[in-house]
Amino acid sequence: MKKNRITLRQKRAIVGLLFIMPWLIGFIVYYVRSLILTTQFSFSLVDIADTGGYTTSFIGLDNYKYALTQHPQFNQILVNSITNMLIDVPFITFFSLFIAILLNTKFKGKTAVRAIFFLPILLGSGAILQTLNLATLNLQGGAASTIAEMAPTSGVNVDYYIGIFMELGLPDQLMTYIINLIGRIYEIVRASSVQIIIFIAALQSVPSSLYEVSKIEGATTYETFWKVTFPMVSPLILTNVVYTIVDSFINSDVVRIAYTTAFSTYDYGLSSAMSLLSTVIVCAILFVVGAIITKFTFYYN
Amino acid sequence: MKVNDIVVQLKRINEDTVLINKKSRYLHKVKAFLFSVLKFIILLGISYIIIGPVISIISSSFFSSTDVYNPSVFLFPLDPTLDNYRLSYLRLDYWKTLGFTMLYISAITLLQVFIASMAGYGFARFEFPFKGFLFGCVIITIVIPTHTIMLPIYQHFRNWDVFGIFQAVLGHKLNLLSSEAPMVLMTLLGCGLRSGLFIYIFRQFFRGLPKEIEEAAFIDGAGMWYTYFRIMLVNAIPSVITVMVFSMVWQYNDTFYSGLFSIPIEHNITVRLSTLQATIGFLDNIKDPNISQLNVYAGLILVLIPILLVYLALQRYFMEGVERSGIVG
Repeated sequence: MKKNRITLRQKRAIVGLLFIMPWLIGFIVYYVRSLILTTQFSFSLVDIADTGGYTTSFIGLDNYKYALTQHPQFNQILVNSITNMLIDVPFITFFSLFIAILLNTKFKGKTAVRAIFFLPILLGSGAILQTLNLATLNLQGGAASTIAEMAPTSGVNVDYYIGIFMELGLPDQLMTYIINLIGRIYEIVRASSVQIIIFIAALQSVPSSLYEVSKIEGATTYETFWKVTFPMVSPLILTNVVYTIVDSFINSDVVRIAYTTAFSTYDYGLSSAMSLLSTVIVCAILFVVGAIITKFTFYYN
Repeated sequence: MKVNDIVVQLKRINEDTVLINKKSRYLHKVKAFLFSVLKFIILLGISYIIIGPVISIISSSFFSSTDVYNPSVFLFPLDPTLDNYRLSYLRLDYWKTLGFTMLYISAITLLQVFIASMAGYGFARFEFPFKGFLFGCVIITIVIPTHTIMLPIYQHFRNWDVFGIFQAVLGHKLNLLSSEAPMVLMTLLGCGLRSGLFIYIFRQFFRGLPKEIEEAAFIDGAGMWYTYFRIMLVNAIPSVITVMVFSMVWQYNDTFYSGLFSIPIEHNITVRLSTLQATIGFLDNIKDPNISQLNVYAGLILVLIPILLVYLALQRYFMEGVERSGIVG
């Protein structure tokens, strides 16, 4: 009998590599190669030939300098996008956790409500959102103001209520933060539907014995939340924060401006520099946020 | 006498506890009731925020051109008409475009599920060198925004070649743009729309499955591929459905890749919808945005219905799937 040269462990390693092979090839062909090329573009002046080919000539840091110091909008858009992202992330995270907890309790019509909360994934992005925006964009100007006049007012004086809260002596900045969020509540709800689903999955996986124990020991609902639910879903908080940051970045104006720079003005070098700059910044933010959250994350196993 | 005293006292204590119990039960009930009222209000409010625009879109899609300028019309058209639907249906070339789109996204979704589950299984169950590093690369593909790599990818598919074969045989490189080929290729190689996320979901799911199933299969003489196809993938149905729904919805609604690869609008109903207003303005001479907007709304409903039906059909399994797939980190 021929002696098998490969041990079972080695065989499994080879099979495992075969399983991830399609992805690995794709990663090398599309991601590694593209990242290297993008970096090269960002340091060069890119000329597009008629046939679709291109030539690059090295110009050092000029693209970066131009993007940061001379481009009329890039700085502002970059800062705005990142501030918006940082403002939204904590709220979206807690909002989706809160809604997930509500949706995780038993009530009639649960399926319907869950279906409604899934709808924004469909309505709130991509082509459908673009169409809606375009349709309302065309309405601006004369017609839009007519519509605004024709629309029935809700009969609620929002300013009045804001005034009441202002007089309560809440700090101004907090108030502006809250008013800002409420004003964009639709976008917030839209941006948190995937996170809600992920949190529901997390809540379902908390062993019910933990809740039973805390009930027997006489913990209040509040205590149970902070001592049981929160630590148990904390691994998913990291996932959700990362998802929120990436998602809001992908939908931000920075991406749009990089896109238009490349495909409207054909300035590939500048566009690559913009992309890389924003990506590096977002990766840095992700790294810092990840490091902070990991410190407070509790792993059950 | 003494015993009687004790009995009386005990009875009194008992009555007291019953009373206290009753009280706390009553309090508990009130609390629960208040909580459910609060929950109802919050969920109703947020549901309204989500479906409010949809309601007004649906009602506007039945407006006739006179209703638009009638100040007394709100939500309910005075003169309901199906003309908007008729025109949008015609200009979208509905069934043909929808057929192409569905074929395209189904193919992509199947590939996505297949490739992502394979990679996920590989990462979950096998030990090989650099495994941690490679999985880190999966995370990187989730995190890096696609626009960072869009230029090289665009160029890559503009002049597509495999080891110079086409250059040698045809004398020129292939231009794969303006077709579905780039997207299919990328998905086939696990770099499609959010493939990284799907690999992550599958990996977490396979990790959660008991190892005994595989060991039993292995002892019974099943090969590793057979185990994956016939045993693991069948057990992974919930997460397969999860990934299918996400992949279908995102692919259906995608503008980034369809714009980057300029996939023909005849094959992509959502992109076609975004040009509907211009088409109608040009072909039917409806230049008033207030009126052509009604057609856009009708078209939107027409485009939403098929994917909503798909979603509703899968929704039940999907919610179960998400819950069981345990995306838990």
